[in-house]
Amino acid sequence: MPDPVVLFFALGLAARLARSDLRMPEPLYEALSIYLLLALGLKGGAALAESAAPALAGQALLAVALGCVLPLIAFAILRYAGGIDRSNSAAIAAHYGSVSVVTFAAGLAYLNARAIASEPTMPFLVAVLEVPALLVGVLLARLGTGREAQLLRTVREAAAGKSIVLLAGGLAIGALLGKEGTAPLQPLFGDLFKGALCLFMLELGLVVGGQLPALRRAGAFLAGFALAVPPLFGALGAGTGWLMGLSHGGIALMATLAASASYIAAPAAMRMAVPEANPALSISVVLGVTFPFNVLVGIPLYERMAAAIA
Amino acid sequence: MTALHPRKLVTVVCEAALERAVLDTLRMAGAGGYTATEARGRGSRGERAGDWEGSRSTEIQVLCDADTAGRLVEALLARYSADFALTLWVSDVVVARPAKFP
Repeated sequence: MPDPVVLFFALGLAARLARSDLRMPEPLYEALSIYLLLALGLKGGAALAESAAPALAGQALLAVALGCVLPLIAFAILRYAGGIDRSNSAAIAAHYGSVSVVTFAAGLAYLNARAIASEPTMPFLVAVLEVPALLVGVLLARLGTGREAQLLRTVREAAAGKSIVLLAGGLAIGALLGKEGTAPLQPLFGDLFKGALCLFMLELGLVVGGQLPALRRAGAFLAGFALAVPPLFGALGAGTGWLMGLSHGGIALMATLAASASYIAAPAAMRMAVPEANPALSISVVLGVTFPFNVLVGIPLYERMAAAIA
Repeated sequence: MTALHPRKLVTVVCEAALERAVLDTLRMAGAGGYTATEARGRGSRGERAGDWEGSRSTEIQVLCDADTAGRLVEALLARYSADFALTLWVSDVVVARPAKFP
């Protein structure tokens, strides 16, 4: 049975390619993204309240390490194999090192539909994985230029960005409330989640369709990079998930996270911290290639990887 | 009849990521206030459809005197025109209460 999340995404994509006048109101898009981030945070937070702190700390450390290594690999490929300038290589590397919460949500929906359980604390690792790559990206862009002071500003701005505020805020509220305390919120933040995700994917299909013309300007190397990196990073994520001692579902989600590329936190952080990098380059491949690849092909692939090593 | 006074209307259309920086520049240039609205459109940096975070744009209008307008335009162009989607223009307008628009 096809996944509804994928079908809604395909509908949005088809509508944009057919030049339909369908346009999701921007406030609805914003409201849905706030909802999805909070819902994931709350669910993970309630699970955090019942988890062993030492195991979580170990997992968080491994996630930070992964979040630092991925952008370094991406940077090396872009800079030395692709000959792309330092600023653009660093900015694109930050996008690929950081994570896409929606790709994670799509992965979670895929696993749920197949009754594959995963650690309920996974949203905590999403929040942990989101930021390190942004800092590494800024460092790579600024190292040796005498403008390292940008780093503190990036930390501040990334921490105050909406995705971290809502995800980390949801985690904190969920942890304070616990399972019982969050139970009254379940009708809104739990039961409606999958439907809301479908609406959001419809809009992302429209956005991705709009990015396809810009792909031509990104060039064959970047497009190839955007296709090759997700399986490679997915394998590294799966390995990290295995080291963390995660279950089959947990490993699949770690692989999905590592394979995903940020399109909310990273563009916002890179825009101000590395303004000379061309945002059209990174966005066209992140949204035009990597996101649809992960949703359509990647997630089932990462689930298979996880099944093989779990 | 109410006396009318000449002022400049500076209109800045920029990517939404730049809004806070533009507003800081306004304050430093000595402008008294501004009006901001969401915008979408196409320019030299392509289509900005306003349908997700990275393609949002803002239009900021500032009423001020000629000196402030000059400082503002100079500062905005020097700081942001090379790297950001930003366009601006200055129009001659008249206002009834000039003290509001330094």
